Amino acid sequence: MGEKIATRVVYGETLVELGAKYPDLIVLDADLSGATKTKDFSKAYPKRFLNMGIAECNMVDVAAGLATCGKKPFASTFAMFAAGRAFEQVRNCVAYPHLNVKVVGSHGGLSVGEDGATHQCCEDFATMRVLPGMTVVCPCDGYEMKQAVQALIDYNGPAYLRLGRLAVETVTEFTPGYRFELGKGAVLRDGGDVTIIAVGMMVQMALKAADQLLAEGISARVIDMHTIKPLDEELVLKAARETGAIVTSEEHNIIGGLGEAVCGYLSGMCPVPVVRHGVEDKFGRSGKAQLVLEAYGLTPDRIAAKAKAALAMKK
Amino acid sequence: MEPSRAHALAVTAAKARLLAMEMVHTAASGHIGGSLSSMDMLTALYFDVMNVDPENPRDPDRDRFVLSKGHCTPALYPILALRGFFPVEQLSMFRRIDGHMSGHPDMVNVPGVDMSTGSLGQGFSAAVGMAIAGKLDHKNYRVYTVLGDGELAEGQIWEAAMSAAKYKLDHLCAIVDVNGLQIDGRTADVMPTEPLDRKFESFGFHVIKLISGNDPAAVSDALHAAATVKDKPTVILAATVKGKGVSFMENNADWHGKAPDDAQYAAAKAELEAGLAELEGN
Repeated sequence: MGEKIATRVVYGETLVELGAKYPDLIVLDADLSGATKTKDFSKAYPKRFLNMGIAECNMVDVAAGLATCGKKPFASTFAMFAAGRAFEQVRNCVAYPHLNVKVVGSHGGLSVGEDGATHQCCEDFATMRVLPGMTVVCPCDGYEMKQAVQALIDYNGPAYLRLGRLAVETVTEFTPGYRFELGKGAVLRDGGDVTIIAVGMMVQMALKAADQLLAEGISARVIDMHTIKPLDEELVLKAARETGAIVTSEEHNIIGGLGEAVCGYLSGMCPVPVVRHGVEDKFGRSGKAQLVLEAYGLTPDRIAAKAKAALAMKK
Repeated sequence: MEPSRAHALAVTAAKARLLAMEMVHTAASGHIGGSLSSMDMLTALYFDVMNVDPENPRDPDRDRFVLSKGHCTPALYPILALRGFFPVEQLSMFRRIDGHMSGHPDMVNVPGVDMSTGSLGQGFSAAVGMAIAGKLDHKNYRVYTVLGDGELAEGQIWEAAMSAAKYKLDHLCAIVDVNGLQIDGRTADVMPTEPLDRKFESFGFHVIKLISGNDPAAVSDALHAAATVKDKPTVILAATVKGKGVSFMENNADWHGKAPDDAQYAAAKAELEAGLAELEGN
């Protein structure tokens, strides 16, 4: 495991790097540039940084207008406001005309911590995934984030990118054979008894859960599913056929996110037990991020328990 | 404006009204009232003011137009057809399952449409984005948007207005189709939006009040005047008549989103044809 860094920090750094190479890159924010880390870009490229104030709906549609003129806008705010408040703007002015707008939601999930439920967005995968033609991405670490931002700027279409608040361990960089490709999950650990398909910072926890399982003689495969949509169906099907039991893990409501995407696909292709791990249809609450995560069962222990439950259902 | 030019615009608007009525009747669906009130401003834009080329509808240097009150496709589509973006015959495909002429503007499938709109309050923001892009690229194009007065109740309109003033978008001009009516009745009753002049002034706009929003030459003059304003966006508050041109539709909110039956269509067509004949007889 490598150094700890928040994906939002790498997002900010990568935008600055890409700013020189992509003159059409425009970064928008809604008065949260310190938190989303777009402030670095605002200093490097002040003319191409648009602070739209606390007005997320306008920000998203301004980004749409920019995209019609060939710009590559990244509209950044908290996940709650990007995928929640401005949902209909994303739907009607970005997804429907399939415009090249990157909607970026920082501080996704419960790990917002102290700010509590109003700011802990556990619904963004659901609202963004349901939009036709939308790509939905949530990298697990800084190394992956950097490549995701590069891939998204080269992708000509609408996409949602979730950033995390907490510093997280780098796990992808040191995985042999790892390479990032939009829409293709990465197998970070092979295993034959059960597969854990995780997204975002749950990937790190899934790897720890796999260690625990291995100590008990259970061989768990771990897939980093950074792209929730389009889902890497081939990889999911392969895991279902080869391991026969699946756990999904996400810092999101178990309704509407990665778990349901996997269930929805497998139910018609290769029905095997799928146990969904995530936030169990509850709002978050204030507290130190680590304690909030523990209170809602977003821990390696719980993932390992879910894996055993899936194994027990395996025929 | 010279009289012959003004006359030509009036004739075009009259022809477009006939096409609007025909397409809504053929589809048995569509928003005729606000389309008739905004027809003259669209005529002024596409036939006198805007730099557009139907042969090259995506020209990066063209002027842009966003119909923020997107339900008024029966105004926009006939104007685009008459301007040459697509054959007039295609208007018969309006709102049909086997057609591409969607109920609200669709930039993907309808040539000449610069932005998909329909959900009120959003088009203005997209126009702001287009104007910012033009400024960043040092281009000379102008951006126009038509808003409904009922639409101004959407909070996002005022978010867009603030951002237009912040970025000093003097190449952005909004026209408000002030017909005083919306689907549930009088705008003054449903949600009062006046005083619009003071509201827009306080949001940093140059305001032009136009009492003859159904005179395309007058709208055109106002649009040309807007082009001389520096460092701030312009809004033209154009007083209009909902249902303009058809006596029984005028100033009647019931015709906001209703299509005429056969008898009503015949009566409306006769009135509009008489109006056109009178113009052409001059």
